[in-house]
Amino acid sequence: MAILIIAEHDNAVLKAATLNTITAASQIGDECHLLVAGSNCSAVAEQGAVVTGVTKVLLVDNSAYEYQLAENTSKLVTELAPSYSHILSAATTTGKNFMPRVAALLDVAQISDIIKIESENTFQRPIYAGNAIATVESLDSIKVITVRGTAFDAATTSDSNAPIETLSIVHDAKVSEFVSEEVAVSERPELTAAKVIISGGRGMGNGENFTLLESVADKLGAAVGASRAAVDAGFVPNDMQVGQTGKIVAPDLYIAVGISGAIQHLAGMKDSKIIVAINKDEDAPIFQVADYGLVADLFEVLPELTDKL
Amino acid sequence: MKILVTVKRVIDYNVKARVKADNSDVDLANTKMALNPFCEIAVEEAIRLKESGAATEVVVVSIGPKACQEQIRTSLALGADRGIQIETDTMPESLNVAKLLAKVVEVEQPGLIIMGKQAIDSDNNQTGQMLAALLDIPQGTFASKVELVDEKVHVTREVDGGLQTVALNMPAIVTTDLRLNEPRYASLPNIMKAKRKPLAVQTPEDLGVQMKTHTQLVKVEAPTERKAGIKVNSIEELIEKLQNEAKVI
Repeated sequence: MAILIIAEHDNAVLKAATLNTITAASQIGDECHLLVAGSNCSAVAEQGAVVTGVTKVLLVDNSAYEYQLAENTSKLVTELAPSYSHILSAATTTGKNFMPRVAALLDVAQISDIIKIESENTFQRPIYAGNAIATVESLDSIKVITVRGTAFDAATTSDSNAPIETLSIVHDAKVSEFVSEEVAVSERPELTAAKVIISGGRGMGNGENFTLLESVADKLGAAVGASRAAVDAGFVPNDMQVGQTGKIVAPDLYIAVGISGAIQHLAGMKDSKIIVAINKDEDAPIFQVADYGLVADLFEVLPELTDKL
Repeated sequence: MKILVTVKRVIDYNVKARVKADNSDVDLANTKMALNPFCEIAVEEAIRLKESGAATEVVVVSIGPKACQEQIRTSLALGADRGIQIETDTMPESLNVAKLLAKVVEVEQPGLIIMGKQAIDSDNNQTGQMLAALLDIPQGTFASKVELVDEKVHVTREVDGGLQTVALNMPAIVTTDLRLNEPRYASLPNIMKAKRKPLAVQTPEDLGVQMKTHTQLVKVEAPTERKAGIKVNSIEELIEKLQNEAKVI
């Protein structure tokens, strides 16, 4: 049976996390359908049609799906589900929001945040902040799965052009409504898509000092992240948080500045290719996972780093 | 309005989980256990709503072996009014937890259900959403702000790109994120008082819930550990290594 992938998008652009999910789906089976549910979102369907691995795009265009409210999207996906063996979405805040509802409506489990596919019904996923890896076998007829993006390569585009089928299925529960959003605007790359990330922790002292990281980030084309300690202290907003309950990242280069290295933070970045730690405490646990450690006062060395790059 | 809060007993967040030698599961013997941090935030939010006059009663429910009564008592010491334990031998799968909670909701009829967004042991982030689906009610997940406006609850959600605010009909489910509030500490007099607050014990059979097995844990392994690298002595050396050895800049 075919696999259904739920596309993440803002009605204009297909989000990168979906490309990783498509790769995961392709490892399970050959027939992969991409559901694009939104409002005035045909551009997203066209972007999905040329992604390698996608064999059909299902386009559902209705104002009920404009903000992908979980109450509506979950009912749409549940209605489509019986034709599929697997339903996959990225383990982003969007996927995490509606997918468990789909699982409950289908009376099946959700396998969250998978990092490896062992077979069509057996998957690996991190538990306990990544301090253990569980291999889980699903006994359900329909597998509802969210996929950790950093564990799978992004699918590329190809010359093929999958057919786009338009469906008119409307589920408008009218029990929830979108009020407003504050989207963080940044010239820098998104955390989950960045090749280089520089993050600050409690050692930054305050929010203003994050400009020291931003100067380095501008030189490297990097994204700026933060530890939970820095978020809890109110230095920076939560959407910058890297860790167990924040964003999971795996860039080529991760520079941790003034971050001690609590297990919750390591859970979000330890799959990075190269880790650099700058901390004045030489016993900080972050040095145990760092490829290159520099024991130094960040306020002295960050301006120097900016100058010399 | 009554508020129902769910709490889970989990490994203390400062303790690093160890995998059993036979790879059957994580070893929790003699491990310090605590109230799941996100559940603690949920309890705090409910108590604040009661203190503001918006809620009249806060009921705390936990599922698991008898030991989870400790976490219910902790919540009562923080200010919840009464507790319900649903006694099970082991920790049920999320969907079974949601089914048990749905039965409690049917009986208690709360106006608002506040839950942690995820437990730091299984890291599933799903029970609240599943419960909302079973009850066919709206949800506000990953909340950083909860406001009662007219007959609705406005929830500001921490999403990947920033913040999103939704308005939900009630009853509704809210799952908490870190910045929603800073939980208080229980005072000694309140800890003493909590011992006398009512705590009812029920079983899945009492609630008429058939527990199903949806997944099987095949094995649990320790992740491949990263090895510590080298210490560099200066920024020049660091840049040189990143350019010529690691080739990442």
